[in-house]
Amino acid sequence: MKWYMGLGNQGDIVLSTRVRLARNLEDYPFPSRLDAEEKAEVSALIKDSLSDYTEIALKDIEMSSLTPAGAVSLAEKHLISPEFASDTKGRSLLLSESEDVSIMLCEEDHVRIQVIYPGLSLEEAFNAAEKIDSHLEKKLSYAFNEKLGYLTQCPTNLGTGMRASVMLHLPALSKKGAMRGLSTTVSKLGLTLRGSYGEGSEVSGDIYQLSNQVTLGISESAAIQNLSSIAMQIIAQEKQARALLVKDEDFMDKIYRAYGILKSAYKLTSRELTNLLSYVRLGASEGILNVPLEKLCTLFIELQPATMNAQSEAPLSQSQRDLLRAERVREALN
Amino acid sequence: MLCQNCKKNEATTHIKRVVNGEATENHLCHSCAENLGFDDFFDDFSLNLPGIFSSFFGDSMFALGESKLSRCEKCGCCFDDIIKSGKVGCADCYTKFYSKLLPSIQRIHGKANHGGKVPVKHETVTAQKEEPKEKTTEEKIAELQLQMQKAIEEQNFERAAVLRDEIKSMKGEN
Ligand SMILES: [Zn+2]
Ligand SMILES: [Zn+2]
Repeated sequence: MKWYMGLGNQGDIVLSTRVRLARNLEDYPFPSRLDAEEKAEVSALIKDSLSDYTEIALKDIEMSSLTPAGAVSLAEKHLISPEFASDTKGRSLLLSESEDVSIMLCEEDHVRIQVIYPGLSLEEAFNAAEKIDSHLEKKLSYAFNEKLGYLTQCPTNLGTGMRASVMLHLPALSKKGAMRGLSTTVSKLGLTLRGSYGEGSEVSGDIYQLSNQVTLGISESAAIQNLSSIAMQIIAQEKQARALLVKDEDFMDKIYRAYGILKSAYKLTSRELTNLLSYVRLGASEGILNVPLEKLCTLFIELQPATMNAQSEAPLSQSQRDLLRAERVREALN
Repeated sequence: MLCQNCKKNEATTHIKRVVNGEATENHLCHSCAENLGFDDFFDDFSLNLPGIFSSFFGDSMFALGESKLSRCEKCGCCFDDIIKSGKVGCADCYTKFYSKLLPSIQRIHGKANHGGKVPVKHETVTAQKEEPKEKTTEEKIAELQLQMQKAIEEQNFERAAVLRDEIKSMKGEN
């Protein structure tokens, strides 16, 4: 059972919560100044320190042992960064069975501990990440400075080294054209709100990520509280906007049509699926369509291009994927 | 628009910066900008919100000249390397180039004092320090830079110019 197969707190709007801690070892230069051999050395040190961590079982994945699709699939699932997937030499990933805990070794920093949970779950995700961090700090000497906090390769992460984010499904606010104003407001509060999928300014699937921008001069708990309270305000606004939207006949028509296409399409591109799922998800959360939200989330994650290729024995062409994607969606919804 | 310093001439130099996530703008006339000595290091000061990450080192006013000379002993990085890559070389770089990095760090975070978790090992180290040690030149320069930034934010350009000269001379002694 993967983390995304469960439904979390505020699951009708919040898809997932992610907390990431960046840490570095005092005795080694930051990763961009290490060659593949040194990276492997640092990675081995960290793995060794985690070998007696009994809280969760972590699988050790040598990144260079993966197929390119396998590596990109991990990035599609937000378990690693795209950059980590592109240059795999000397890098390893420690991954839990349900994929909720992933630890990148020698990415931008020596250690990046990430915890991802369904729904709004900031404190729980932070506590899980912090536990791993506390285990590591007993065994390793972290690069730390009283004034600047945890020292990181990029100064944007100084201080707590913590980036917390929630992924929000905001179709009603997007439809209202409220997103631009919202992201401006939020940026004044030290947070960032931006589209999670899609290219350039075009956001697909109405999925947005709200995260903390500032990491220095603020405690982890204050940052999390701040993020949590802004998230709750956005959720309340989205709920209000949804209540109005479902009174609109034309919009209801779109929800039913999207559901109809997903249930009967013979081919589906990744983009089309993302866009249609947004309507169906809204319909399902508002009790208009009788579809479990977890099912939609699973389809969304598992039918991404590289993830499909990683699970297939032979590489699939785009058109083969589109056929298979439509088939999987039909099976799930009929 | 009139110059915010002399309030007589037309403002021609527009200084836009982001502080604490908010854009602040200053308008000065050419002669005020020149007399106060701001034109030489404000050239790279313009910064807009979307560009904050790609260019967050670009505004470091001491970026040119001397920076090639000194290198971090641990990783071999010089300040130019950091500016060009946007990446700091190692933990020691933060000590070595502290005063040069500080303005950018402040621009990103608004503050430069850690307020979060402290590793257990460091907690004990901090507790063992009995007397505050003498401030290093780097730290003094950093402090002056903070004051100078504040003066600029308050549009007290004369004070800022005095501080800037003080910083220059301290760097010279160094
Ligand atoms: Zn003037
Ligand atoms: Zn260094």
